[in-house]
Amino acid sequence: MSPDPQRTPLYDRHVEAGAQMVEFGGWSMPLQYTSMREEHLAVRNDCGVFDVSHMGEVHLTGPGALEALERAVTNRVADLAPGQARYTLICDEAGGIIDDALVYRPAEDIFTVVVNAGPRPKDVAHLREVIGGACDMVDITDQVALVAVQGPRALELLQPMASIELAPIGYYHFAEGELNGLKATFSRTGYTGEDGFELFVDSENAVAVWDAVVSAGARPCGLGARDTLRLEAGMRLSGQDIDETTNPLEAGLGWAVKLDKGDFVGREVLLRVKADGPARAFIGLLPEGRAIARHGNAITDAGAPAGEVTSGTYGFTVGRAVATGYVDAGHRQSESYQVVVRDQPVNAQRVPLPFYRRPRD
Amino acid sequence: MDTSGYRFSKTHEWVSGPSGKVRVGITEHAQSQLGDVIFVELPQPGAEVSAGGKFGVIESVKAASDLYAPASGKVTAVNEKLAQNPELVNNDPYGDGWMIELELSEPASAELLEEAAYLEYASSL
Repeated sequence: MSPDPQRTPLYDRHVEAGAQMVEFGGWSMPLQYTSMREEHLAVRNDCGVFDVSHMGEVHLTGPGALEALERAVTNRVADLAPGQARYTLICDEAGGIIDDALVYRPAEDIFTVVVNAGPRPKDVAHLREVIGGACDMVDITDQVALVAVQGPRALELLQPMASIELAPIGYYHFAEGELNGLKATFSRTGYTGEDGFELFVDSENAVAVWDAVVSAGARPCGLGARDTLRLEAGMRLSGQDIDETTNPLEAGLGWAVKLDKGDFVGREVLLRVKADGPARAFIGLLPEGRAIARHGNAITDAGAPAGEVTSGTYGFTVGRAVATGYVDAGHRQSESYQVVVRDQPVNAQRVPLPFYRRPRD
Repeated sequence: MDTSGYRFSKTHEWVSGPSGKVRVGITEHAQSQLGDVIFVELPQPGAEVSAGGKFGVIESVKAASDLYAPASGKVTAVNEKLAQNPELVNNDPYGDGWMIELELSEPASAELLEEAAYLEYASSL
């Protein structure tokens, strides 16, 4: 019997707001408040706010932290400046992806690894095993709440409440300050493809921060919109697009793997994958017409089995179904495929990711 | 929308009356379970539908579901607005979110539920 889902500090706010709650990664989270379409479009055109406190945070401190972390993750972390964050994979010995993560470096000997809710126990076990006693390691998930404010108006909305200048914080950089007098780390990161800030705050201040952001005009958005937004933006979902059965090279994430940085868990296997060429390729597909391809739908190439869809939904901004999945190496060159939706093959054009890119000034 | 004359099926469709020319759609419970509607596949005017038989497909972000006719008859009109505005099904399932108009070939089955009984049924699920 599985334990009851965990609740973030903002649970009551979601229920009060009438959100439809779902279980995700062991947590009770809002799927939607009003409509996924409205929430999705609010993020693309205005400003939305997400409770992502279910994500995990692991804190590493001490002179041994850098070297230990370099061995535990695929991307290089040694050249992270204080105030910089970087995307990485966490792989096992077989080169399979345990999780994807963001590594933050607040100071030379301090790192915070932000991981996904579901895989967190595996992430923590992996980090403990690789890091051992090389540095101090603490899972601070329960002490930290994470509120993601996303959209073209996010900065304008947050600035009046922020104690520091937000505009100079570059993408994948962060700075400590206060929001309405409450300690907050402003991280210019997100999972939507829009500008915005993820706010790391103490759990006991989560409600005050949420209320302030919502009162300022940010629209509460749930996991449903989070999924349609991130898929349009071409982002992978850990546990669905990437998992222990996939390696970063076939997932199109080789840019987050530095094979020349020195040893790390999974490196040997990944060197072989690179030399032989990945067995599969992760591709973007635009199904024709009115069919929405979904996780598990077969992908065929001129009728021959070629692979499987890992994520698929309706993109409210692009105005059509979007899908991603893997095709076998032998079929990776095609320009169009078929996705088999409810037993019917539907033509799908292969397109480079992302499906949507936000307009830049 | 005055739904007092409506009859409801256990598969969450409604018909606006028991006989003659009627409209058909899905219930508030159904739209809430489905989430944002993306496409509604409907028959052409002139098509015959039979009670309990599939008359179309509704696709939401979450899943695709078959639509079952609550009564038998001939399709006399189809809600053209749904092609451009499928969210009408979510926002006004008993009014502007109607799907097809039928000329019933026989009175609707007495087994269809009246509104109070349907609401009780839906809340028990």
